[in-house]
Amino acid sequence: MSLLEVEDLEVNFYTEDGTVTAVNGVSYTIDRGEKFGVVGESGAGKSVTALSLLRLIDNPGRIESGEIRFKGRNILEMNEDEIRSIRGNEIAMVFQDAQTALNPVYTVGEQIAEAVRLHFDYSKERARERAIEMLDRVGIPDPAERYTDYPHQFSGGMQQRAVIAMALSCDPELLVCDEPTTALDVTIEAQILELLKDLARDFDTAIQLITHDLGVVAELCDSVMVMYAGEPVEYATVDELFFDPKHPYTVGLMSSIPRIGSGEEMLQTIPGGMPDLIQLPPGCSFHPRCRYAEKVCSQIDPRMVDPDGKPVDGLEDRRGASCLAYTDEMDGDLGYEVSVEEEDNE
Amino acid sequence: MATERERRGRIKVTEPPLDAESSAVESDWTPDAQTSGGKSRLDHAWSRFKRNRSSLIGGGLIVFMTVLTVFARPITVPEFVPFLSQMTIQPFSIAPYPPDAMDYGVTTEPPSMAYLFGTDWAGRDLFSRVIYGGRWSLSIGFIAVGLAVLMGVPVGAIAGYYGGWIDEVIMRIVDILYAFPFLVLALAVVAIIGRGFWNLIFALVIVGWISYARLIRGEILSVKENEYVLAAKAIGASDRRIIFRHIVPNAMAPVIVQATLGIGTIVLAAAALGFLGLGLDPGSAEWGSMLSRGRDTLVQGQWWITLFPGMAIFMFVMAINLVGDGVRDAFDPQSEEHMRGGQ
Repeated sequence: MSLLEVEDLEVNFYTEDGTVTAVNGVSYTIDRGEKFGVVGESGAGKSVTALSLLRLIDNPGRIESGEIRFKGRNILEMNEDEIRSIRGNEIAMVFQDAQTALNPVYTVGEQIAEAVRLHFDYSKERARERAIEMLDRVGIPDPAERYTDYPHQFSGGMQQRAVIAMALSCDPELLVCDEPTTALDVTIEAQILELLKDLARDFDTAIQLITHDLGVVAELCDSVMVMYAGEPVEYATVDELFFDPKHPYTVGLMSSIPRIGSGEEMLQTIPGGMPDLIQLPPGCSFHPRCRYAEKVCSQIDPRMVDPDGKPVDGLEDRRGASCLAYTDEMDGDLGYEVSVEEEDNE
Repeated sequence: MATERERRGRIKVTEPPLDAESSAVESDWTPDAQTSGGKSRLDHAWSRFKRNRSSLIGGGLIVFMTVLTVFARPITVPEFVPFLSQMTIQPFSIAPYPPDAMDYGVTTEPPSMAYLFGTDWAGRDLFSRVIYGGRWSLSIGFIAVGLAVLMGVPVGAIAGYYGGWIDEVIMRIVDILYAFPFLVLALAVVAIIGRGFWNLIFALVIVGWISYARLIRGEILSVKENEYVLAAKAIGASDRRIIFRHIVPNAMAPVIVQATLGIGTIVLAAAALGFLGLGLDPGSAEWGSMLSRGRDTLVQGQWWITLFPGMAIFMFVMAINLVGDGVRDAFDPQSEEHMRGGQ
């Protein structure tokens, strides 16, 4: 049994303009110690999926249907006390903007110690020691000194480390990282990713990493789910994703990565933008932007299938793409190719 | 130069190797200035407050008046307290006479060395009455505001945090209470429950909590959108903990300002109620009641009977307002720049 199994999750937001289906039929599993990436544009439903894991969806949002099984227990059926004992203790979350994720009126150390004391029966003194240990663990120099610092006295990278320390303070089995490095510069980003990698290795912590940066995925993840407009469009291992992408959206994301020295004047893009989630296009929701789309794409909603056309549920099989090209309903082929250039060392 | 620049390519910079002798650069410079360590928002506010001279004067005045009233007459423990009953815990007596000692030999005497502020129609020493009367006015101000904050903040915080019908119910009650003028509502409550020290405080709290509730609710509506609130939920904190440990401390600044200024308002309201005969017992030395009893004497030229209690009210309310302004500036970092930006 996997550590986490999400099955057919659907989350709606009831707004004044109508019902927004932010997450629609998402299924995936994460094993112990696995590093699972969730990739997609802004508004693809990545963060909502993550918040659903801890049932942190607030009004006007509602988890409509589906199951989230953590170690076999359905999180959506737990009562308030049970879910609170899971939050922070077994599933912890690292937020995107560390600066606002820390409370300005308490010292960094107090906030980490609070997380410890919420779940462990520690004395004040022991919680303090534990917090200092965690600060040290995430690579903050002089942790005992820094314990009494307020968040505004930390630099951006250190704030992010502090947020990670807070998330790790209760030895969670699953760490949900919502774009943990987006607000940071590349050197700090590399350090944070390295840190996450170490943690997954040393403590067998599973990581669900949400990002729109494929470079981060390549760096850290074992397997990946690509999301578009609230739905999964491709499941792959990280190697498959980069060397053999199957869904046109994934291909579009990859071809729009800028490359130093490629000599191209214009950045490749996927034309258009994410559709308004109040009303999705008929058929495949990606078809208005897809360069390989045919008439049939606006008529038939593609199922998730593996490259041979066999249906895939995202739970047992973890290789698939939802594109009609693999079910022979499309006439043409997907006319892209992936080439690997030899590394140029001079 | 131009030819050099045309040769674009990877730039490599090499420095001479560091050998053992030259590696340690000789410098005996050590820093002697350091940034100050961890400071909470309150510390920052306090250090800004200390630089504000007029509010320090106001604060000094409040402390001075408080000390005067405390040491005006000896304080004995009331009888109902076990063990300590009837014990004198404060033996000093600044007031030369008991505040209600009448002496019909010296009625309506103008100020003199024997009677600093003169005497009233019953020959009571006004100086003693004014400084002793501060006990009523000041304690009503502090206690009523304290209780109003203690009531308004949790109620407003719950309304703001949960929203929905809870918010709707609480805020409609607040709206209804707001529909009455402050003093009229307090008058009505006193008229119903009767006079007396605690009744007066009760009336002022019933009327006073609504402004704190409304203020903190609005503040919480914006504070609760911060990601640290979500983060606190994500580490498994309970609602109560989130409201009172994470949200309220971030929303308190305007309430503290309002409460400081509110003490002045409450003291004035208590005095007004006293003046209208609905405060404490008419004979008591409360400042408003003293003004009320003395108002006929003004036309007879006996100015001291109303001047000194009036001055006491004025001084205290002014001092509170000075402090309140200082507190507001201290909690608002922009006001400091504004002060520096001016001449």
